[in-house]
Amino acid sequence: MAASHVNPTRMELTRQKKKLQTALKGHKLLKDKRDELMRSFLDLVREDKVLREEVEAEIKKANKSFVLAGSQMSKEAVSVAFMAPKQEVSVDVSTKNVMSVEIPVFKTQFRGSDEGDFYPYGYAFTSADLDEGVGTLSKLLPKLLKLAESEKSCQLMAAEIEKTRRRVNALEHVLIPQTQENIRYITMKLDENERSSQVRLMKVKDMMLEDAHHYKERRDAEPLKEDVS
Amino acid sequence: MYKIAVMGDWDSIYGFKALGLDTYPVTDPEEAEKTLHTLAEDQTAVIYITEALAAQIEKAIASYSESPLPAIILIPGASGNTGEGLALVKKSVEQAVGSDIIFGTASQ
Repeated sequence: MAASHVNPTRMELTRQKKKLQTALKGHKLLKDKRDELMRSFLDLVREDKVLREEVEAEIKKANKSFVLAGSQMSKEAVSVAFMAPKQEVSVDVSTKNVMSVEIPVFKTQFRGSDEGDFYPYGYAFTSADLDEGVGTLSKLLPKLLKLAESEKSCQLMAAEIEKTRRRVNALEHVLIPQTQENIRYITMKLDENERSSQVRLMKVKDMMLEDAHHYKERRDAEPLKEDVS
Repeated sequence: MYKIAVMGDWDSIYGFKALGLDTYPVTDPEEAEKTLHTLAEDQTAVIYITEALAAQIEKAIASYSESPLPAIILIPGASGNTGEGLALVKKSVEQAVGSDIIFGTASQ
């Protein structure tokens, strides 16, 4: 079945053959891309899983401290303690290209006077649990950013893998078989045309010879001669 | 220069303020969505959001999953870990591989 309409001409045949060649090449490349993406994606996800478990455990610890602190201090006192943070964090975002997926790379910049100093309050009116919570979180910050980086990369790569897989499948199951079918159809049609013109030529030749030599009349006359002899 | 933001209920996120991250204490889903969109447009590279709040505005979060920035990361809140964050990673594995081959044993 020829799904699409193609003109059975030599030009179209060349075009279809070229298309098939490109499709095959593209299919191979995309398949390689998909495999490599999948490999790095799986590595990344494994890493991400470990990282996430670590981060979640640490945040849980910090939250525990904060809840304890909250029970010892009034909400207002806690708010006041955190009113003016000493540090200010900003990130530089650059991108890294992994198999044509642009994944973000974060680089932190602290804008505080002292890099290790995260405590925005005097220690006199706050609970020690608060210090502990802040301490845990401040140690966690690099990991948190790493988590953000790898999780975002995972999302982006997953989307790209899905897209690539669709393309590979479209080439493999639709475009390539269709083009092959078209090529077959054109070749058959051209062969058929050639045969029919061959037959026509033979026929015409017969007719021209007939005209020139009158074979038929002679043949008709011959049996009579035989009868006589 | 990009910023880092934290969203969620006040109890879960006030500690992050000490680190110099921008905290946005919201609990109302509608308001949270609005905050999320404003932050996304306003040069924020990373948005940490508590799992409890994220569960209420899943759609808004999903709309950013394919854009390069911001990265929206779920963190457990003060009320506990719901496993939503891991579930999101699991979802992207399913999207990419077709079936979950990494978390299958871990979740059982």
